[in-house]
Amino acid sequence: MPADVGQPPTKTAMDLDVRGQDWYVDKLVSVLVFVGGISAVVLILGIFVFITKEGVGFVFGPMEVWEFFTSPFWRPTSRTEATYGILALMVGTASVTGLAMLIAVPFSLGAAVFIGEFATGRTRETLKVLVELLAAIPSVVWGFIGLAIMNPLIIETFDVPIGLGILNSGIILGLMAAPIMTTIAEDALKAVPDGYREAAEAMGATKWQVISKVVFPAAKNGLMAAVLLGVGRGFGETMAVLMASGHSINLPTSVFDSVRALTATIAAELGEAPVGSDHYRALFTIGIFLFLITFVINLMADIVIRGGGRKR
Amino acid sequence: MWRVDLADRSRAELAIQVQKLSLWYGNFQALFEVDLDVKRGSITALIGPSGCGKSTLLRSVNRINERLGSYVRATGSVHVLGHNVLGEDVELARLRRQVGMVFQRPNPLPLSVRDNVLFGHRLHRADEKFSKSQEDEIMEAALRQVLLWDEVKDDLGQRAIGLSLEAQQKLCIARLLPVKPAVILMDEPTSALDPQATEALEHLIWELRGDYTILIVTHNMAQARRASEETAFMLLGRVVEHRRTDALFLTPRKQETADYIEGRYG
Ligand SMILES: Nc1ncnc2c1ncn2[C@@H]1O[C@H](COP(=O)(O)OP(=O)(O)O)[C@@H](O)[C@H]1O
Ligand SMILES: [Mg+2]
Repeated sequence: MPADVGQPPTKTAMDLDVRGQDWYVDKLVSVLVFVGGISAVVLILGIFVFITKEGVGFVFGPMEVWEFFTSPFWRPTSRTEATYGILALMVGTASVTGLAMLIAVPFSLGAAVFIGEFATGRTRETLKVLVELLAAIPSVVWGFIGLAIMNPLIIETFDVPIGLGILNSGIILGLMAAPIMTTIAEDALKAVPDGYREAAEAMGATKWQVISKVVFPAAKNGLMAAVLLGVGRGFGETMAVLMASGHSINLPTSVFDSVRALTATIAAELGEAPVGSDHYRALFTIGIFLFLITFVINLMADIVIRGGGRKR
Repeated sequence: MWRVDLADRSRAELAIQVQKLSLWYGNFQALFEVDLDVKRGSITALIGPSGCGKSTLLRSVNRINERLGSYVRATGSVHVLGHNVLGEDVELARLRRQVGMVFQRPNPLPLSVRDNVLFGHRLHRADEKFSKSQEDEIMEAALRQVLLWDEVKDDLGQRAIGLSLEAQQKLCIARLLPVKPAVILMDEPTSALDPQATEALEHLIWELRGDYTILIVTHNMAQARRASEETAFMLLGRVVEHRRTDALFLTPRKQETADYIEGRYG
């Protein structure tokens, strides 16, 4: 009889307190995952505290909050009288994002409807891959397109002296935001059970009636979330806007005017602002402001998505 | 000469006339030269073991099969009230106005009860103006006819998806009525319901007889016996026997039919 066969059952009972390698691996992984999870939260809180510490003191200190938000004069490096008003920057960001959404919303919803409701088989898969590829284009490349292609195009088409401004950066930003909005909107359409479409078609609804009367209302929350996340993307975008907007401080009166965005201001100036100076702290205050806005937008998107399950 | 007259009259008496209908899913043939006549204003049951093509036949009549795309091919003809509905020039929206369908799982739309009942009505009569009170009347009549009015009248704005399955299925019948279809197709309409709800639905379907031509698929033979005037037995994509319900169940002519109603197939 071979020696390694058939341990008597009593032997296993005695083994109960033995911890094998698996046990240690399991414990180690649990600890690592816990540390990983906690550190993400700690890091985010840490960043928030750091930014707040650097920025908040400024608004309540040397500068009036009111003036900070309502003065259009951003002259942080003026020798005689430095002023820190972000109104023009806010208007810049808002106008570029607004135009971007005017372009991106119809494009992305249209694309999502086409991919989700009309295209089939190979066409559909190809389009989805293409949209994902578009989403992966680095923003500096978009900025480059704004500078090198859109700029001369706008100058020539509209006969204006400069092609960098709201129009240029709005289009660029719209094109940038559209792919991710398309993807999210398409997910929202896909989440609508096919039984609804079948039911409506069996009642004699045409394709478009099915989409407008059944699919859109059912996917409403997801579609709204897609738009909100697009807005968030527009607000936060820096490099492409910096390159395509002209970056001059302006309360714009037409779409051809140059503007400067909040994000681009931070990116362009933080490196030169002496640490701890008013300028430095004003830029951090802008950072907090952006942080709060994107936070609120994302929160809204989240609530809107969850809102779908509320009434039912 | 009188022969032609006779043919015309019998055709006018038929709500549905399926002739030599063959249907393929890709390379798989699901129907083999099926012939089936359904009299106007009658209830006809389609029975047969699972997978024999009952749903496929039913779904050819309102062409909802075609949602699957060119993967589905059919030859032969299906006349509804004398029109071949498989013709190229048939407008699907108009066909489905004439031929309503009730599905196996209740499938109300994710809208209010009110909007569900009026959905088809609003689609098909969009060019006419209806006041809210006219719409209310139409809705009430439909809901009363399916015996659902008392249950939902206090909250017509509630989401239809929140109703019980029985109420949902009644609603799915109610929403067909305002457009006055000639034919209602039902694909195992009670298979998701408990026995009590099944009975209520059967009662309701029986009441609709006469006003509507009903073609109902069931794999519950007791249901076919109780709630139909004619029964067609299908097996492997063919109609084996089609007669008056009592005759088919009492004295089946084909061995396969006898085997089936004695429970020798699944
Ligand atoms: N979409 C489909 N693709 C391929 N085969 C199908 C499809 N739908 C049904 N079939 C096949 O066609 C036959 C008839 O199906 P069906 O009409 O659903 O039967 P029943 O309703 O009598 O149970 C079955 O063999 C089934 O597997
Ligand atoms: Mg079936």
